[in-house]
Amino acid sequence: MTAAIELERIDKSFGSVHAVRGVSLAIEKGAITGIIGENGAGKSTLMSILYGLYRADAGEIRVDGRPVRMESPHDAIAHGIGMVHQHFMLIDSFTVLENVVLGAEGGPLLAKGKAAARAELERLERDYGLAVDSDALVAELSVGEQQRVEILKVLFRGARILILDEPSAVLTPQETDQLFRILATLKERGVTIVLITHKLREIMAATDRVYVMRQGQVVAERATPATHPEELAELMVGRKVRLQLDKAPPHPGEVRLKAEHLGLVDRRGVRLLDDIDLELRGGEIVGIAGVSGNGQTELLQVLSGIRPPSTGTLTVCGRTIDAGHPGDPAEMRDLGVAHVPEDRQRQGMVAAFRASETAILGYHEQPQFSRTFLLNLPAVGAHCARLMERFDVRPRVPGLRSSSFSGGNQQKLVLAREMAQQPKVLLVGQPTRGVDIGAIEFIHRELVRSRDAGCAVLVVSVELDEILSLADRILVMFAGKIVGEVAAGADERTLGLMMAGAKTPVLSGAEG
Amino acid sequence: MRARRPLPAWAEIVLLPLVNIALAFITVGIIVRIIGVDPLHALELLVVGAFGSPESIGYTLYYATNFIFTGLAVSVAFHGGLFNIGGEGQAYIGGLGCGLAVLALDRYLPIWLMIPVGIAAAALFGAAWAAVPAWLQAWRGSHIVITTIMFNFVAAALMVYLMVNVLIAPGSMTPQSRNFEPSAFMPAMGGNALNLSLALALLCCVGVWVFLWHTPWGYALRTMGHNPEAAIYAGTDLRRMTMLGMCLSGALAGLVGVNELMGVHHRIVLDFPAGYGFAGIAVSLMGRNHPLGIVLAAVLFGALQQGGAELSFDIPNITREMVVVIQGLVILFSGALVHLPRPWLQGLFALRRSS
Amino acid sequence: MEDPLALVFLTAAATLRVATPLILCAMGGLFSERSGIIDVGLEGKMLMAAFFSAAIAAVTHSAWWGVAAGIAAAEVMALLHGLACITYRGNQVVSGVALNILASGLTIVWGNAWFHRGGQTPALEGQGERLLPLFFPRAGDSILVYLALLAVPITWWVIARTRFGLRLRAVGEMPLAVDTAGISVSWLRYRAVLLCGLLAGLAGSYIAIAQNAGFTRDMTAGQGFIALAAVIFGKWRPFPALGACLMFGLLDAVAIRLQGVRVAGIEVPVQLIQALPYLLTVFLLAGFIGRAIAPRAIGQPYEKEH
Repeated sequence: MTAAIELERIDKSFGSVHAVRGVSLAIEKGAITGIIGENGAGKSTLMSILYGLYRADAGEIRVDGRPVRMESPHDAIAHGIGMVHQHFMLIDSFTVLENVVLGAEGGPLLAKGKAAARAELERLERDYGLAVDSDALVAELSVGEQQRVEILKVLFRGARILILDEPSAVLTPQETDQLFRILATLKERGVTIVLITHKLREIMAATDRVYVMRQGQVVAERATPATHPEELAELMVGRKVRLQLDKAPPHPGEVRLKAEHLGLVDRRGVRLLDDIDLELRGGEIVGIAGVSGNGQTELLQVLSGIRPPSTGTLTVCGRTIDAGHPGDPAEMRDLGVAHVPEDRQRQGMVAAFRASETAILGYHEQPQFSRTFLLNLPAVGAHCARLMERFDVRPRVPGLRSSSFSGGNQQKLVLAREMAQQPKVLLVGQPTRGVDIGAIEFIHRELVRSRDAGCAVLVVSVELDEILSLADRILVMFAGKIVGEVAAGADERTLGLMMAGAKTPVLSGAEG
Repeated sequence: MRARRPLPAWAEIVLLPLVNIALAFITVGIIVRIIGVDPLHALELLVVGAFGSPESIGYTLYYATNFIFTGLAVSVAFHGGLFNIGGEGQAYIGGLGCGLAVLALDRYLPIWLMIPVGIAAAALFGAAWAAVPAWLQAWRGSHIVITTIMFNFVAAALMVYLMVNVLIAPGSMTPQSRNFEPSAFMPAMGGNALNLSLALALLCCVGVWVFLWHTPWGYALRTMGHNPEAAIYAGTDLRRMTMLGMCLSGALAGLVGVNELMGVHHRIVLDFPAGYGFAGIAVSLMGRNHPLGIVLAAVLFGALQQGGAELSFDIPNITREMVVVIQGLVILFSGALVHLPRPWLQGLFALRRSS
Repeated sequence: MEDPLALVFLTAAATLRVATPLILCAMGGLFSERSGIIDVGLEGKMLMAAFFSAAIAAVTHSAWWGVAAGIAAAEVMALLHGLACITYRGNQVVSGVALNILASGLTIVWGNAWFHRGGQTPALEGQGERLLPLFFPRAGDSILVYLALLAVPITWWVIARTRFGLRLRAVGEMPLAVDTAGISVSWLRYRAVLLCGLLAGLAGSYIAIAQNAGFTRDMTAGQGFIALAAVIFGKWRPFPALGACLMFGLLDAVAIRLQGVRVAGIEVPVQLIQALPYLLTVFLLAGFIGRAIAPRAIGQPYEKEH
């Protein structure tokens, strides 16, 4: 195999996070290579290093056999490497032509450059089957068309190596098929392609070779025709040592929260949530597994009242919420729904507030904390001290700025705050993101204790082992839908397949 | 620029602002030297002019009163993440409200009723003038900075029209209203410009402190200012909070009218906001958006105003506009160039840590 | 009753006279704002330029040296603004406000120390020291008026037809896209800010040495803000901004004439006409007369992520 790109022992850390650990791989020229892995596997970081957005701490990059230094995207472009990002770098109010030409105008006056670009674009469109109207405004294009513009941008600059980062994340199934036809055409013309994805279907359908990454390392390399989805899924999630929790069996009680045909559509018409049916009963932990970006965030937003659903209904403790009768977070709290958000820095707390102030976020108007017009600061302080005591938050200083606490202690404080309200329903997003091992165990035990006290707990997590150890029932989300439900103790391979969008072997082979 | 690591807390709150002010004053010193005056001599005259006699202290505090009102106004809005540049206009219209209440009622009400009514009217009108840009921002997404600037000019035009055509005292040559009755005279403190409005200003400081840190609405406002997403998560209606924050802000700025019209001029006049609204931005920035800091900063600015006036009497080469220059430089260094000294300070702290 | 043709001519001339500094300033503001830097400090730049152009013209007895000095002064202010906003990522509004206040004080302090006339500069006389009208003495069409009118199509052409203009528009919409394309965001924005200084400098020089015969205190009288309003009213595009400037200039020119006129039985106050530019801008921003969509990235300092 002639390698277009070789990466040798690439290493990269961000502070204490070791994102890429000594990765070596080779990208074959003129072929489509896939890199598959879960969240945090390191694939995006690795490609960002290749594209010059980050600089590796150690290791070597070779293009066409020659070692190169990638200090910026400029260098990458100069070596013929182009990247199609997950979030498009397109200017909505510009035309396609203007977006393509930006940075490669070919001279101080636009007229000549644009004319030359137009001709070149037409050629590219013909040769590679990328049909886009050069004079259309990007804002008016569909997402699939916008992605084609990104590809055109990259080809226009003479890229012979294309990196696509989760390209189908924003596409409809039909657009995804179109994309892969385009990739096939590109391959025929000798373009080298690297495809980063978490979706098995795409790997199987489009790639020639595949690398599986897990926790910053390459754990396997296969020729795609020689492998199959089950094997890849297993490699992707791995045989992990499960954090064994001593858990009594659940005693599910009454239904506290019920979602029926819940749907959420954004301004563009993209279905963020698609026909979700879900029941939460007191006394059980339901886990939602899945790679991030498949609708879990939106689900939490709708369930907690931050966003109203577009279709379907949500019934919580007697109140029915739908598009015509939206709720709001304050009301949900009054109904007994507590929410530990996924992004505690942005939603769950205010970094500049003292711990005691963070301890009442969302509950600051409750009678125990505010009498008539004034906040009952002594009560707030005492409350915070109690929370810190119960959840072992260190240091036990209610007056300390929230940002001064470690991630684990911050999360414990947020969790303590929500659980202290004795909620009927507890929604938890990424409970142990950025949290140290000791705190992880503590948090898990508290969630189970809450369940045993009768609370209906929903845990959303991208960490599969967390779901496996906590949940009594597991739902898997993919592309805004719940694609399957399994009981606790389920086999990882099945879960891996569902998370990667391939149907379980039990169902007959649909398009998957 | 490399990512900024925050300095130790005391350095952020005390040292950095002091360095910013020092830079501003050094620049002023350079300008003064270019004009041909000894900067240290000028500084001495300034300090004496501001604090040298009971009379000058009185004037310093009278100016400081206005700066406290506008400084508080900017800071309250700022805690909600809103930039209220409309202090000039809100002060103007607040004064209008106060004046209208007085002109209507001063012949019928005793002083202990007239003054509270005047104060309430000033606050109400100031709040109303801020409410329109606030509503436009909250419900229609209009950039509050631009709308408040525009409203300053509209206020000025409105006041000129009213003073010249409607409220002018019969037989007067200049656009000013008839004199207020004594029932609308804010009791003086010490014989000249200083009046009880200072007490009102200090009361407002306490009120703002209580509101921001001791009430649930102040809590929600601060949450919105730090982190709108967390505020939504906490169940706050961002639009209503915007209105609340801006109206409070406008009300505070409007109280300048109390100090100026009921306290000193005893009639409605033109141009009394005289830059206090913009200076309020500097006062608020220097005071770190905290009432205590604002009082200190306001006294500093009051001293600059009074001392600067004396300075311009003593040294013919320096006009009273020097005060404006100092204000501008303080805003520049404390507001726009606030991060300028950071690399040097960080270097200093790194040195200390390594030694 | 005056000869109607003469009336139209005089009104048009008056409109242009008033609109010229607005047009120049608005074009400058356009460059800055399209690149994503809010410029509230147009007023301050104009004022500094007015002062220095008048001062140097008086001292050197040459109007052109005056113009050069005016531009230089405005560029210094522009550079300060750029430093604060781009390099030190400070608050752009605060910077503009600070520079306005600084200018209003500094011009008088300096003027007084220099010329001892209470802030004024010595009166300028004759063709050498002033930029007198070219063709129509009664109309006051100095060369800067024609320059202002020319500035509009030139601005349009630079923004729409050059590489610099494309990149400028891009950096005001999405600096990240520009950065990942390998173009320096800072350098682009600095150039925009410097262009703004150039045009604001011309505007200030016009006011002091063409429209009038020297500098008097606060002579810009809010025109910098009206220019900003014109930029917004013109939806950040050169020709509509020109239209707004002409409209505002017309309003000012006829304000005196409209005094005493009755509309539906109510006398139109001159102050209402003076306030109209501001009120109209607010209406536009409120979405009551069409939508004004600012460059998307305006006002946000750009921080590299990596």
